[in-house]
Amino acid sequence: MKFLRRFLIRLSNFATRRSADQRLREEIAEHLALQIEENLSAGMAPAEARRQARLKLGAPEAIREDHRAEQSLPFVENLFQDLRFAVRMLLRSPGFSLIAIATIALGVGATTAIYSVIDATLLHSLPYPNPSELVRIEANLPGVGAHDVGLSIPELRDLQNSGIFQYASAYFFGSANLTGSSQPARIALKPVTPNYFAMLGVDAELGRTFDPHDATPGFNLEVVISDGLWKRAFAADPHILGKNLRLDNDVYHIVGVMPANFRDQGQNSEERSTEVWAAAGFFGDPAPPPMRSTRLPASTIARLQPGLSPEAAQGHLDALVASLKKQYPADYPSQGAWTIHLTPLAETLVGNVRQSLILLFGAVGLVLLISCVNVANLLLARASARGREMAVRQALGAQRPRLIRQLLTESVLLFVLGGITGFAVLFCARKFLLQFVPESLPRLNDISISWGVLAFAIVVSVAAGTIFGLAPAWLASRLNLTETLRQEGRGSNGSRQRSRLRHVLVIGELALSLVLMIAAGLLLRSFWDLFKVQLGFNPSRIMAIETWLPIPNDPKTDIYRTATQESVMLREVLRRNRTLPGVEETAVGDRAALPLGHGQNDLNMFPLIREAEDVESSQPPLIDTSIVSPEYFHLLGMTLLRGRLFADQDLEATPSIAIINQAAARMYWPGKDGKGGDPLGKRIRLDRVQPNWTTIVGVIADARTESLADAGIPQVYLDIYQRPAKDLAFFLRGQVDPSAISAQVRTQIQAVDAELPVFRAETLDDVLSSSLSVRRFSMEMVALFAATALLLAALGIYGTISFLVNEQSREIAIRLALGAQRSDILTMVLRQGLTLAGAGAGVGLIGALIVSHLMAGLLFGVSPYDLSTFAGVTAVLTAVAIAASYVPALRAMRLDPITTLHSE
Amino acid sequence: MKEKPDVLQGTLALTVLKTLDVLGPQHGYGIARRIEQISGDLLAVNQGTLYPLLLKLEHEGSIASEWGASENNRRARFYRLTATGRKQLREETHDWEQTAAIIARFFNVKAEDLV
Repeated sequence: MKFLRRFLIRLSNFATRRSADQRLREEIAEHLALQIEENLSAGMAPAEARRQARLKLGAPEAIREDHRAEQSLPFVENLFQDLRFAVRMLLRSPGFSLIAIATIALGVGATTAIYSVIDATLLHSLPYPNPSELVRIEANLPGVGAHDVGLSIPELRDLQNSGIFQYASAYFFGSANLTGSSQPARIALKPVTPNYFAMLGVDAELGRTFDPHDATPGFNLEVVISDGLWKRAFAADPHILGKNLRLDNDVYHIVGVMPANFRDQGQNSEERSTEVWAAAGFFGDPAPPPMRSTRLPASTIARLQPGLSPEAAQGHLDALVASLKKQYPADYPSQGAWTIHLTPLAETLVGNVRQSLILLFGAVGLVLLISCVNVANLLLARASARGREMAVRQALGAQRPRLIRQLLTESVLLFVLGGITGFAVLFCARKFLLQFVPESLPRLNDISISWGVLAFAIVVSVAAGTIFGLAPAWLASRLNLTETLRQEGRGSNGSRQRSRLRHVLVIGELALSLVLMIAAGLLLRSFWDLFKVQLGFNPSRIMAIETWLPIPNDPKTDIYRTATQESVMLREVLRRNRTLPGVEETAVGDRAALPLGHGQNDLNMFPLIREAEDVESSQPPLIDTSIVSPEYFHLLGMTLLRGRLFADQDLEATPSIAIINQAAARMYWPGKDGKGGDPLGKRIRLDRVQPNWTTIVGVIADARTESLADAGIPQVYLDIYQRPAKDLAFFLRGQVDPSAISAQVRTQIQAVDAELPVFRAETLDDVLSSSLSVRRFSMEMVALFAATALLLAALGIYGTISFLVNEQSREIAIRLALGAQRSDILTMVLRQGLTLAGAGAGVGLIGALIVSHLMAGLLFGVSPYDLSTFAGVTAVLTAVAIAASYVPALRAMRLDPITTLHSE
Repeated sequence: MKEKPDVLQGTLALTVLKTLDVLGPQHGYGIARRIEQISGDLLAVNQGTLYPLLLKLEHEGSIASEWGASENNRRARFYRLTATGRKQLREETHDWEQTAAIIARFFNVKAEDLV
């Protein structure tokens, strides 16, 4: 209270510049007068009386200073004074200021840009209340290597009743055909358990969400729609509630509209822009009956009880799993080793990009560091030039801490100006820059240049200005007074520490840029290897166009219920597509058959039950399954190794057949030597429920259709004319016009069934390149940062060598005058540059080994210690260092000894 | 060299308040003079340090000041105790007496008392 009052009075005195100086003067004068009178009356001589009075009072200047300090806020006063002075100094050498500000702007701007991406993706990935309570639940069968196998309805109920969660909800992500409007459209639909929105903690903007306690077995025919769909399809109709929506030929009524800023959680941007949510119990038509062993291919997320940590919850869950296994031994065969695993939801959503983003942040951090080092180097050079100024100030009585404070104010001002410039450039160029960010990045739309980002930029600038300004300020203020003042006008020729620090800085800069360049080199090599990898199929000139067959809630009304029913439509569409201009071949498959173009959600994993090997009760392995038409393999250029492909005579009525790839043959029919027995003729079942055995008739060569990085993922292919699929992709090979083909195919498909939507026409080449987009983005960014780092390091070494040449000009002139060869001078200077480069490379190589070890997970096909990359990059760095030293070396060589020595 | 104890310097504020309490409004010289008389060497030199302290006490609200006429009819700044200052003086006096009493007991203690 007392302190506050005092502070406020001082602050107001500071603000109004009110001074108590006059008052103090009068008081002191009066004090002295009274003291002198007293001394006189005690019998002193007048002169002595005055002297004694002054002695007793003490030094009036010191008193006045203390008094002034008490009257106002001296710290702030000094700061303002220093700032004014710093601005004058910056204006006096605009060249230096511009270069320094530009360098810092580059470093801080780039760092801030990457930070804004991280801020949106990693730090704020879940825009829901108490996001830390949200977890993803995955059931695994580690015993058979199966991951995320899904939960059955009884298991979901066990979780819901376990007391660990407030809500546990399951959902699918899929499609539905929205019909009834002018054009049938495929929309992103999420059937969710009714507690989904309660679990997320989000309410509808208009109307309501679902009742979390609703227990309708199938779809309860209520839907909630997104703000986007409401505006697009219903013109933002305020009376939308209760209106109908026809999805996959079923009529739903709309109960709510979500807020405009609501984004669903999800693994990819498509899922995050879900437009319709339908409440489903998942245990009644069209879903299978609720049996413990019938796992739904659904995702499960849950909200933990408040205050329960994910680790503690995992402990409770493990206990629950153990007791369930004991209770239902038949449903949980021991070799499956069923477990349930919790992961914080935020982590699962950004999982695959986290590593890339951290790499980028590290890389940009190095660029920032290098640019700071560069500026510190410039500050040091200036400190040499300002040696005289510092000496004069000290001679006039300035304290060293005071000088350091002033120099520090200058460097912080410089850095903050640089940071603000960088931020301003970033702010103006944000639209342009966002184009380069790959679309597959989660929460791309939420990247924004916000106040938080500005605060980050300023904090980074101030911290960098303090850290990198401190050493130059320390060294600049530490000087030998007489020494410096005697060297009239020449400036001090740099204390030894100062030049040593300059060398350390340049070496550090070179080392950091070497680290970055090696990281970039390794990423470039991996990317190139991945790009050049043998695909095992030929994606060129292939177009994939998708459609979706409705799944009505009542199976009896499904016009595409059996393979025979569906094949009529498929054959007709294929026949029509073949007549389109430029089309040479056509095929059809389900979405899982689309190479590289599908996310985890579209994978069809089926339990693989081998005849005579996997008994009913055991836990069969899961295998990737695609459903394709006979022409698929030829169209994609996949080679048959053994047996035969599907043929036209294979129909629903004929024996069920399958084709596997070599990886599946190796893994599941290893034979006696382990190299692959003969799977041909072996029978499998891909479903516990279906009674019919499927015979393997062919083995095809492995292809990287699932992942570019992995050639050997087991696959099984089924014939679409024997086993119907709902999520269809039509493939067209030939010289087609990508802009026109989509409309042409739509006409053909809708000529067969006018209710089918046609969407997402892509060439496989595009699919391929977008599957590499995050890798490409991080590689390009790191390469860009490495180039920047190299440029900055080159500038740094150039500046240092120039400075050395300047300092040594007298020495060089004397050498020349004494008859040294000019080429000797050149070698001498170049050797200095080379020494720095060598030291930098040495330190850098050690750093690079550590960094490359850490980023091994991001590499493909190249060792983290790849010799050629390390050697090549070191050579480039050395070459650049020599080139940068060459210019000042040339200047040294051409020095005219007479003029130089005269001017000294 | 034996320096003047910091404790005494720290108590300068308290002595100023007490002086004003006993003598009523005083100018700077008057306060300095009283303190010198009573404490001897506490303010024998550097009497000027009193003025920044007076300003601080005034900022804290313990004392107030206004211009008035000194004994020989010249303009002088007179300081007086405020209600806040009086309260502060009471509290600090109490604290000091307590501390002093405790310390005194420690000084008087003998080895046999502690057995």
